[in-house]
Amino acid sequence: MAEIFTIALIWSSIRLSTPLILAALGGLFSERSGVINIALEGMMLAGAFTAAAVTYAAGNPIVGLAAGMAAGTLIAAIHAVACIRYKADQVVTGTAINILMIGMPAFLSGAFFLSSGSTPQLPRDQLIPWLPIWIAFLVVPLSWYVLYKTPFGLRLRAVGENPEAADAAGVPVARMRYAGVLLSGLLAGIGGAYLSIGQSSLFTRNMTSGRGFIALAALIFGKWRPFQTLLACLLFGFTEAISIQMQGVVKLPSGEDIPVQFIQMVPYVLTIVVLAGFIGSSRPPQALGIPYQKER
Amino acid sequence: MKLLRELLFPLVAVIAAFVIGGILILIIGDNPIEAYRLLLGSALSWPDGIGYTLFYATPLIFTGLAVLVAFRCGLLNIGAEGQLYVAAFATAWVGITLANLSAWILLPLCFAAAIVAGGVWGAIPGVLKARFGSHEVINTIMLNFIAVALVSYFTQYHYKIPGDPIMQTSPIGGGAHIARLGKIIPAFPERIPLNLAFILALVCCVLVYLFLWRTKWGYELRATGSNPTAAEYGGISIRKQIIIAMTISGALAGMVGINEVLGYRYRYYDGFSANYGFTGIAVALLGRNHPVGVLLAALLFGMLIRGGIFVDAFTNNVTKDLVDVLQGIVILFVAAEALLRGPFGKFGLLKRSKV
Repeated sequence: MAEIFTIALIWSSIRLSTPLILAALGGLFSERSGVINIALEGMMLAGAFTAAAVTYAAGNPIVGLAAGMAAGTLIAAIHAVACIRYKADQVVTGTAINILMIGMPAFLSGAFFLSSGSTPQLPRDQLIPWLPIWIAFLVVPLSWYVLYKTPFGLRLRAVGENPEAADAAGVPVARMRYAGVLLSGLLAGIGGAYLSIGQSSLFTRNMTSGRGFIALAALIFGKWRPFQTLLACLLFGFTEAISIQMQGVVKLPSGEDIPVQFIQMVPYVLTIVVLAGFIGSSRPPQALGIPYQKER
Repeated sequence: MKLLRELLFPLVAVIAAFVIGGILILIIGDNPIEAYRLLLGSALSWPDGIGYTLFYATPLIFTGLAVLVAFRCGLLNIGAEGQLYVAAFATAWVGITLANLSAWILLPLCFAAAIVAGGVWGAIPGVLKARFGSHEVINTIMLNFIAVALVSYFTQYHYKIPGDPIMQTSPIGGGAHIARLGKIIPAFPERIPLNLAFILALVCCVLVYLFLWRTKWGYELRATGSNPTAAEYGGISIRKQIIIAMTISGALAGMVGINEVLGYRYRYYDGFSANYGFTGIAVALLGRNHPVGVLLAALLFGMLIRGGIFVDAFTNNVTKDLVDVLQGIVILFVAAEALLRGPFGKFGLLKRSKV
């Protein structure tokens, strides 16, 4: 049992947590401003595909990363305009974006790379295995600072808790919410780019495989706070790392494999338990999900 | 006039999605008119096109109705995906463990397994919301993943034929098979997997309509959805309505298992659902949360799925992923109603109707 708790496991946990941290902090900005973001999955897919495709075309992963960020932000802009300007149901819009982004990268790669949903393999020197990890761990304290120590953060939280009062105090509600949602796309875009040009060397169909939703779970488990969300992401990254390491190595006393499915369930079960209030209370921002209608 | 308005809006959304899809097809270097001609032509040919279109529409009718019932109670069930997985597995489980029973006993038991398993899996987020106030959207998302992991565990470790490289269970007993429509309709070939579950889906459309608009229980459920405060003053228990709505919703989603396991593959096949649960949201929204609308929207999406396969095969660059893209755009337009209302509103076409 001891041989699996190694440096390699810790290292693998950090790598697997990175995309979760980036996407979850993205979700934090959006949800703290009052806009539900279940489209993190789609924004990550946009970032992952664009980063890999542009890196292949430009031969430079930094350009690819920037493109991935731009793609995430662009998808976030669709979510923002639909939810804020046109007051669409935020969950439904998020679902639409997720479905759209399962199809779109595959549709485009089918045409541009004549493959069934993946981009061409990138050479090793065109990958950025480190940069996104640094960014992820820097963004956590930065988010905390921005959210709690700057006027921007105060306003962002205000429009998420009580938009009427914030509006009365002269805070531009819509503009703050746009900022929150666009930031979420930017960060989720980096998270997605890490998957395609950091962890692996190409984009494959639906490569996020639910990480956007695990990030959302981490955000709720972390009670919509930066450092707690980081811890939740590390925990979920660790469960994923351990499920990979244990496969075929550790056996039950009966000699059978430990079913990975049960380890995979951990984040989701924990989230339901936390949300039901069994481990402390997890209270979402007061105005989460409610479009703001300015009084006329 | 009201009916016309109800129809016009989804129609505009669909046309808008097709126009954007057409532009995308142009960008990647194919002829959109040719692609759409292929898509519709292959989806409406007799008998294969129509047969498969109806077959693909069947699960979407169930999930669309599931989303509709929850929505009418003010809830968004994005957990139909998990509900249908659990239900399909439960159906196969009954069909495998009781394989030797005669059809007269086995078939009703399998039907019950699908409905009960789906209903229970749907009731969980309902109870969690009624009891703890936790949001059904998050809980249904989480339960989707739990369901997928759970049934994949049972398939892999307990019900797979040893040595089978495919993640699927052993076959169900012959008594649990339901007839393909080819057996019943003379000129209709039996190779098309369209089966009696489609008729069941049509019956469910009628039943959901009768339940919601012609019974006291349905009235209470809708009252809770349209104005919870007023409903509570009127003596309706909101908590009870939430649990009832989510249970019915889950049971409807669970009936996908009847089509998949009893009518098509005759076993549980891991990962069979092509996002039926999520497409159900699109179907319900496009269908204006009315059973007739759901039926029409499901037929449309069934056509897209069938046609998408042909477009993939017979154009240079367009793949069947076009279908996901079109679906996503349709939901976006339907969700952001005001977007379409804006420019058209001036001409009085799409003024907000008071429901």
